[in-house]
Amino acid sequence: MTDTQSTTPEATAAAPTRRSLIGWGGAGLALGAAAAGGAVAMARTGNDVDPAGADTGAAVAFHGAHQAGIATAVQDRLHFAAFDVKTDDRAEFVQLMKDWTEAARRMTAGRTVGDGAYGGLAEAPPDDTGEALGLKPSRLTLTIGFGPGLFDRFGLTGRRPEALVDLPQFAGDNLDKSRTGGDLCIQACADDPQVAVHAIRNLARIGFGKVAIRWSQLGFGKTSSTTPDAQTPRNLMGFKDGTRNIAGTETDRLKKYVWVGEGDGTAWMNGGSYLVARRIRMDIESWDRTSLQEQEDVFGRDKGTGAPVGKAKEHDKPFLKAMKPDAHVRLAHPDSNDGITILRRGYSFTDGTDGLGRLDAGLFFLAYMRDVRKGFIPLQRKLSAQDALNEYIQHVGSAVFAVPPGVRDQDDWWGRTLLSEEA
Amino acid sequence: MRAARRTVVSAVVSAACLTAVTGCTQKSAADDDAAIKVTAADAKCTTSTKSIPAGQVTLNIENTGSKATEVEILFPDDRIVSEKENIGPGTKYTLTAEVKAGSYEIACRPGMKGLGVRQKLTVTGGSVAKRDPRLDKAVAAYREYAQEQADATIPLVQKFADAVKAGDLEAAKAAFAPSRVGWERTEPVAESFGDIDPKTDTRADGLEKGQKWTGWHALEKALWQDKKIGADQKTLADELVNDLKDWQKRVGKAEITPTSMANGAKELLDEVGKNKVTGEEDRYSHTDLSDFQANVDGAQKAYELLKPVAQTKDKALTTELDKQFTALDTLLATYHDAKTSDGFVSYDKVTKDQRKELSDAVNALAEPLSKLAAAVVK
Repeated sequence: MTDTQSTTPEATAAAPTRRSLIGWGGAGLALGAAAAGGAVAMARTGNDVDPAGADTGAAVAFHGAHQAGIATAVQDRLHFAAFDVKTDDRAEFVQLMKDWTEAARRMTAGRTVGDGAYGGLAEAPPDDTGEALGLKPSRLTLTIGFGPGLFDRFGLTGRRPEALVDLPQFAGDNLDKSRTGGDLCIQACADDPQVAVHAIRNLARIGFGKVAIRWSQLGFGKTSSTTPDAQTPRNLMGFKDGTRNIAGTETDRLKKYVWVGEGDGTAWMNGGSYLVARRIRMDIESWDRTSLQEQEDVFGRDKGTGAPVGKAKEHDKPFLKAMKPDAHVRLAHPDSNDGITILRRGYSFTDGTDGLGRLDAGLFFLAYMRDVRKGFIPLQRKLSAQDALNEYIQHVGSAVFAVPPGVRDQDDWWGRTLLSEEA
Repeated sequence: MRAARRTVVSAVVSAACLTAVTGCTQKSAADDDAAIKVTAADAKCTTSTKSIPAGQVTLNIENTGSKATEVEILFPDDRIVSEKENIGPGTKYTLTAEVKAGSYEIACRPGMKGLGVRQKLTVTGGSVAKRDPRLDKAVAAYREYAQEQADATIPLVQKFADAVKAGDLEAAKAAFAPSRVGWERTEPVAESFGDIDPKTDTRADGLEKGQKWTGWHALEKALWQDKKIGADQKTLADELVNDLKDWQKRVGKAEITPTSMANGAKELLDEVGKNKVTGEEDRYSHTDLSDFQANVDGAQKAYELLKPVAQTKDKALTTELDKQFTALDTLLATYHDAKTSDGFVSYDKVTKDQRKELSDAVNALAEPLSKLAAAVVK
């Protein structure tokens, strides 16, 4: 890997880039979608990519005050990986962050890693694994998070944010250790699954010896959107999900509920956020045998239109008291929770079958928030105790991460505000 | 178990007779001007000329000593161009070979043991690619290592076979893993002879249709799973010894290059990752960690020999490799168990979390090791 300090993408672009192979892929076609990705456009400067980041083939700007992949218009596909840190050498870890940043900068722009996937020394394995050659940037975003375990290392104990708490055991949790926790995470989202997998694979490869993948999860259908004007996606239970999610354009709500700010007590996290990941297995077969009435009662929405109980349209303001007391929407709604709001960014998953002829499928829940103690924890306490949906779901994996602020420019790197000596 | 790709080290036996370098012994007398007179005594080896033109060379050999001898023409890396074994005291032999320009050695090995007494031979004319002499040294030392491993394996496999033939189940089990160590250390070389590995180291799932299951793992299943030794197993034991003696004889003819050494080291780690970490290799005996250690030892040997060159070209890489070899060896050492025949904890006692840790350590080493070949040649 090249040092980020001394290398510009232009200087390292000698190797063929994915973009140069396929041309611009209609990056200029995004006008209609520009409003949807507006927050992204505002946050990014000085790059030659489609600022809206809402066209499926385009590149989303990597640099900005916040990391891309949070308020960014939700892409269609996910590869999420949690890592354990293996090295005890702080300098080596810092170098990895720099190397990863450079690789992420290149891949999100549709370029190959290092010296590319071919054309190098015949005796050496190529730097880039090659499967994304010829594919568009596909709005790839790469978002890094730091888990609680990282702060037990490298003398970072005193820098662990108070808001990064270990999640308590919730009622009904049946967590699989091999799908839980992690010192680091990378969320790769893209409209092409191969682009997302390529990104995780190449970062993992760069990380060997310093970090090791603990678990990873593929997701295939977005279950929430940050673009409310677009059609709300459905989860695997067939219901529209995330109707009232925070939109990428809602600067005020993002500031209030998602971005860590001045006065939150952890300066290095300013502009960052906290991420909760939960692998929620659905009891698909039982759900499918459940009557329509029961299904709609469980959610508190009409299955067809997504309209709240007693209302005509999806985006009508829900009348919560019309719903059953244990209906999912009623329990989770901000109005039932003193306004608690989180930004959901989850994906459906199906990891084949479970050996008993049942789909191993469900929701890989991802939510960003300003403070885990004021976001996910109180919400999930309530849901885990009361939600009618619990009869059909089980939380089987869990992790929490502090997501640092964005990489500002060419000289910046992931985690600098936490790890650099002058920080 | 054979690696899926067998590209790097290829057997040179047939190639030697057909292509650039021909090394086929002939009985015909050839007492012409181009012939080199080789006088092989018990402690001396004299040659009538030190320089010849490229093309066909003829050695007129006479054994003036008291022991049977062997005469070889060797490449700088100790690979054999041509050889004649078992030339009795007082007898003569003519050996011919086709040689390109370059530096060679003629070796007389009285008693057919050891490195022999050497004389330089320069072949002139044509052009020849120069290689870093340190790399020739590395290749020669690795060839010697491979030969040592094969030589040391024979008595160990004989002990294993003897126990099988005596019907002594426990003694056979105890001798199983140790008999594999030399093979596992140099597996890429062994596998370069495409015909030996399928006979000695195939697992049940690796059999081709109609192929008879022979070798270590067929015996492993009999000893650990079926828990009985019959006439078939005794035959298999004899065959295993014979096949491995064949390997021992042919190690000297394997084509070994600096690149193939480096890639062979990487392939040994691939072996570990694919077959040992998963517990697939020794699924009945669970002696996988013994094979694991042997694979790592062999990779480390190749690396150490190439290191003097590699570190002048990529110091960061050799620093990382030193660190990761040490880390993996240290981790493996925590699985030592003096009470078992192979010195390691039985792999069925190694937990899922421990296997993950071993796998991480293998990845941490294999990734930089994949860059060694480039560091050696660039």
